[in-house]
Amino acid sequence: MDFSFIREYWSYFLLGTANTIVLAIFTLILGAIIGLVISLMRLSSRRILSWPARAYISVIRGTPLLVQIFIIYYGLPFNFPQAMFLGVDLARFVPGIIALSINSGAYIAEIVRAGIQAVDKGQMEASRSIGFNHAESMKLIILPQAIKNILPALGNEFVIVIKESSIVSVIGIAELMYNAGIVRGATYRPMEPLLIAAFIYFILTSTITRILGQAERRMSQGD
Amino acid sequence: MINVENLHKKFGSLHVLKGIDLEVNEGDVLVVIGPSGSGKSTFLRCLNLLEEPTEGSIFFEGVDIIGGNNDINIQRQKMGMVFQNFNLFPHLSVMGNIILGPIRLKGLTKEEAEVEAMKLLKRVGLEEKANEYPNRLSGGQKQRIAIVRALAMNPDVMLFDEPTSALDPEMIGEVLDVMRLLAKEGMTMVVVSHEMNFAREVGSRVLFMDEGVILEDNEPEKFFGSPQNPRLIDFLSKVL
Repeated sequence: MDFSFIREYWSYFLLGTANTIVLAIFTLILGAIIGLVISLMRLSSRRILSWPARAYISVIRGTPLLVQIFIIYYGLPFNFPQAMFLGVDLARFVPGIIALSINSGAYIAEIVRAGIQAVDKGQMEASRSIGFNHAESMKLIILPQAIKNILPALGNEFVIVIKESSIVSVIGIAELMYNAGIVRGATYRPMEPLLIAAFIYFILTSTITRILGQAERRMSQGD
Repeated sequence: MINVENLHKKFGSLHVLKGIDLEVNEGDVLVVIGPSGSGKSTFLRCLNLLEEPTEGSIFFEGVDIIGGNNDINIQRQKMGMVFQNFNLFPHLSVMGNIILGPIRLKGLTKEEAEVEAMKLLKRVGLEEKANEYPNRLSGGQKQRIAIVRALAMNPDVMLFDEPTSALDPEMIGEVLDVMRLLAKEGMTMVVVSHEMNFAREVGSRVLFMDEGVILEDNEPEKFFGSPQNPRLIDFLSKVL
């Protein structure tokens, strides 16, 4: 084992880590929006809404992320300009985020659905009996309570997104895994850069897990 | 005030309500009793369409609330409902629970709604709980708050779905006292309950329901004193 290359190549790991974090944050935000919309559609009694949501969830969960990434990267009907933004190549980054968000959105939709369904049925009835319509009841009564059920699982999804974002290295996004590959090629050392990447991924995910654990404890104190 | 005609409700193949006809007049305190599974809760929940009737019609203050193009959300504002399990909103304070409807649906300002809420809270003796959260209250307190929340919408009729069935025995009295007060003030009430004494003392009419039909509809003295229907006689002999 020889890690002496770090002195020369540390900036690759730093940049890669930063890009991984950016990728994960955007994916989680977009995925949460997609997931909320899809879950509400999925729970709708109107089949014209629930059926597409069901199809979306089962197709996304039933096909490999790797395949989805390639399909979206090559299949997007428009090309993003080869512009650099904050050290990021948008032409690759944007399709990468879209693919990851679409994928994560399906999983988040199921998390949100479970969170909504865990709210006691009487809450909706009480709200409707006061005179609120379904949408108002969702917004004022159900979703504020569902968030407590959703947040822990959403934090878990954040950890998953960080790990799975390594796959977008296949379309040339310079995130942590991709940059580790560059260092492997440049140094002819196949093993050590991977160990460093694994170590950084682990630090990221365990830090987030710990922060989430604390947040959860604080939230349950409010009960 | 409420006119029910030939009301049927089926859950799949289960025929729960088998043709209910009923008229509720202003100021009536209607107490519905009957064995479990007789359809009395389902009937009550049909009155504000929490359950959608399979057949029949319901007129509320002259408005056909099932057919036609009426907005049930408007009608529900005039029909307060109290549930067996309270169903207070746990993420809102007692005050938040009470003023949500008046502010959002009746257009009151927060200050106006709070003044009205405090008046109601005083009447049920819970003004010091205004800023508590529901999980800090006892069952009896929760149910009194739930009644206040419904009253805050200034309804024309109050529907009670077994309001004391989930309560510890020592808390039943405080809830019944509030309901007694309401009845005395002339509130129109439909109460599904197992409280025979309440039915006898407070009810202006008592109904006996079994297997989806109303078998007896009478004043409390006659209902309990000289019941006619054999199944009612049997029921009363078991519960009294």
